[in-house]
Amino acid sequence: MTTIQKKADNPIAHLTAEDIETLGRELDAIRQEVLDTRGAADAAYIRKVIKTQRGLEAGSRALLLFSIFPPAWIAGTAGLSIAKILDNMEVGHNIMHGQWDWMRDPKIHSTTWEWDNATPSDMWKHSHNELHHTYTNVVGKDNDLGYGIMRVDEDQRWMPFYLAQPLWNFINACIFEYGIAAYDLELGKNLSIPKEKRSEEFKTGVKRTLGKIRKQATKDYLVHPALSIPTGSFLPTLAANVTANVVRNLWTHSVIMCGHFPEGVETFEKKSIEGETRGEWYLRQMLGSANISGGPLLHMMTGNLSFQIEHHLYPDLPSNRYAEVAPKVKALFDRYGLTYTTGSMPKQVYSAWHKIVRLSLPNGWLADTNAKNAPAQLAKLYKMTTGGPKVRRAIEARDKQLARRRAEVTTAA
Amino acid sequence: MTTTLVPVLRRAAPARLEVSPTVRRRSPSRSLGSRLARLAEAATTPLVPADYLDLVAPLRPGTDLRARIVSVTPETRDAATVVLKPGADWAGHIPGQYLRIGIDVDGVREWRAYSLTHGPRADGCISITVKAVPDGKVSNHLVHQARPGTLVHLEQATGDFVLPGSAAELAETPLLFVTAGSGVTPVIGMLRNLFPVTDSGVLDLPRSKDLDIVVVHVAPSEPDSIFLDNLRELAEHGAITLIPRYDDQHGVLDVNDLTGLVPDLAERTTYACGPGGLLDALAAHHACLGLTLFTEQFRAGFVEAGEGGALTVGGITVDADGATPLLDVAESAGALMPSGCRMGVCFGCVLPLKEGAVRDLRNGAITTADPISSADGGVPIQTCINAAAGDCTLGDRA
Repeated sequence: MTTIQKKADNPIAHLTAEDIETLGRELDAIRQEVLDTRGAADAAYIRKVIKTQRGLEAGSRALLLFSIFPPAWIAGTAGLSIAKILDNMEVGHNIMHGQWDWMRDPKIHSTTWEWDNATPSDMWKHSHNELHHTYTNVVGKDNDLGYGIMRVDEDQRWMPFYLAQPLWNFINACIFEYGIAAYDLELGKNLSIPKEKRSEEFKTGVKRTLGKIRKQATKDYLVHPALSIPTGSFLPTLAANVTANVVRNLWTHSVIMCGHFPEGVETFEKKSIEGETRGEWYLRQMLGSANISGGPLLHMMTGNLSFQIEHHLYPDLPSNRYAEVAPKVKALFDRYGLTYTTGSMPKQVYSAWHKIVRLSLPNGWLADTNAKNAPAQLAKLYKMTTGGPKVRRAIEARDKQLARRRAEVTTAA
Repeated sequence: MTTTLVPVLRRAAPARLEVSPTVRRRSPSRSLGSRLARLAEAATTPLVPADYLDLVAPLRPGTDLRARIVSVTPETRDAATVVLKPGADWAGHIPGQYLRIGIDVDGVREWRAYSLTHGPRADGCISITVKAVPDGKVSNHLVHQARPGTLVHLEQATGDFVLPGSAAELAETPLLFVTAGSGVTPVIGMLRNLFPVTDSGVLDLPRSKDLDIVVVHVAPSEPDSIFLDNLRELAEHGAITLIPRYDDQHGVLDVNDLTGLVPDLAERTTYACGPGGLLDALAAHHACLGLTLFTEQFRAGFVEAGEGGALTVGGITVDADGATPLLDVAESAGALMPSGCRMGVCFGCVLPLKEGAVRDLRNGAITTADPISSADGGVPIQTCINAAAGDCTLGDRA
């Protein structure tokens, strides 16, 4: 991946400024169609999901009171995992986006909702709704691109540190809720500032996040296991809660990776969004997101983030309406000659992971390596890893030169 | 026999005041109950136990005040009486008072005020009578669409449009009720309390035998007159003197005609409920003659959307044009505003609109709020994509 502005075959070069504004108006019209028909059926939908989620959570936790018995443990853990996923995705994420604010129900409202997650909802809303959704895929502005610690773009200079990024990414997936909390706090940036110079905002943020984590941990790892003591189920219930949290973390991490990481998703330069029009903003959202194809169950379990493209175009439309909007959006992609990136969950997860591995290595290394040149390639990688910046740059320069020469030969032929 | 209106009046008011202190006193911080409550909170965080309990017992004590619709009975072709079973914390009411009710119409929570049309009932239910007004979202829904079993939201009864405090006082005061249209509803509440109507006719209660009541009831035409049967029944029984005035038969009522309709007008205390125009005319008329008048204007002050207006926020009032987002207007006037993406995406700028009208600059959609017909605390709006569509007042962040 390389930012769209630096690509040789810029995928939006064929669109005039006028095209882009017309596209924006057509997207506005699709949004308006949903607004005009939004009503009682939608309200009934979210209430039903919330009711199901609460019933599932209460039922699973009740089963886990007897978790010493394997069937109870299995059913309870599975139910709790699903309940936590529903809470975070179809319910929490979407309510906090303001998708249901129009109902004017103070209990189902972006300003009052709190979720089963380490990060307090208002801090998440700032980093997610405001930063990620406004600056989607703008390198240096959208921290969702690699959470500030990963190499997500060929243009980021390679360093040996990045070799470990598949490992970081896996660890981050397992503890994703804490990763998000750290990310909402901009922990990396703030920890690099001397302690006495850190902002008050950061300090209260830390206090509040720790408070939320304490409450969450008390519930999952203390109160519910303790309630299971009468049946001798303290440890099994504890294990069930750990499992459910890890399952939720792995699942949400995978869904989020599928949204912006698979091959085919574009990134953008910082200066490209200066004075961006509504049409241009729409276009960036179209190209900066990828969908996951699948059935209604998959859409529900991803909080309809399987319609990531539609979600990024219309973050405040009720999630249950993305499915009906998707074909209309797809038709616009086709008409304007743009690529609608989508694929099955396994395909997109593989694609995202493949990119993370590829970018953990120097540019071109993975593609150039085959069984024959493996020893030479490994030797080169070893040199780049241990040799210091000068050595790396020299090797990178040589590689670039070789690549250019090869390209010239192909053109000549 | 002095079990009259008085205890009813007195019982209703203090009961309401005592609700919260009693509850608090019953649960000192160390008690077993409060420990269990804390444990339940720790087990359900970030939700609260009520979030689960409300799913199965929405009318239980200690939760938000709600009610379930028991029945919807048509009164005329465009009016219906809705009987509600209120939640356990309902504190009762005095006849003539009204309540605010929140109901979901097309998925949107709407609040309106309606008079209570019964005195306290033995079955603990309460009732409101609703006239479907043209284009009235909530009134049409209640009259034509509302179904028994539906859960609605309530606030405790309120309003000063109630009869004088003691039975003796009441017996010495001849009364005149002037009601117009749906303004009859609080009056019906008072009359039903004084003269309960049963299947076997009107009951004569000792407390009501000395009352002298005249009702001038105004409506556009006869069949549209809600509660007419009730009023007629009371009139036939001799409980009240009914003077119906229908615009299509008698012409629109001129308040100066009252002297002719009610010869002893000067001795009576007048209670009037109806549209603002009639009440204003009555107030002027009565002030001129030095007569006592209690009024209640019932329809919520209707907010009409226009173009731009005065914006009040954080103690600042500033002129806002119809094309500039409220956020920008307020900030350039020096108000400290929450903000985020400034393009309608992030919902970081949401503030409650307490009163007034705003227009969504993206699609022209109008949102209005007024103290009667909006939820307590106002209607939350995004300030970055809404502009003033009339005078508007923003509240603080929840």
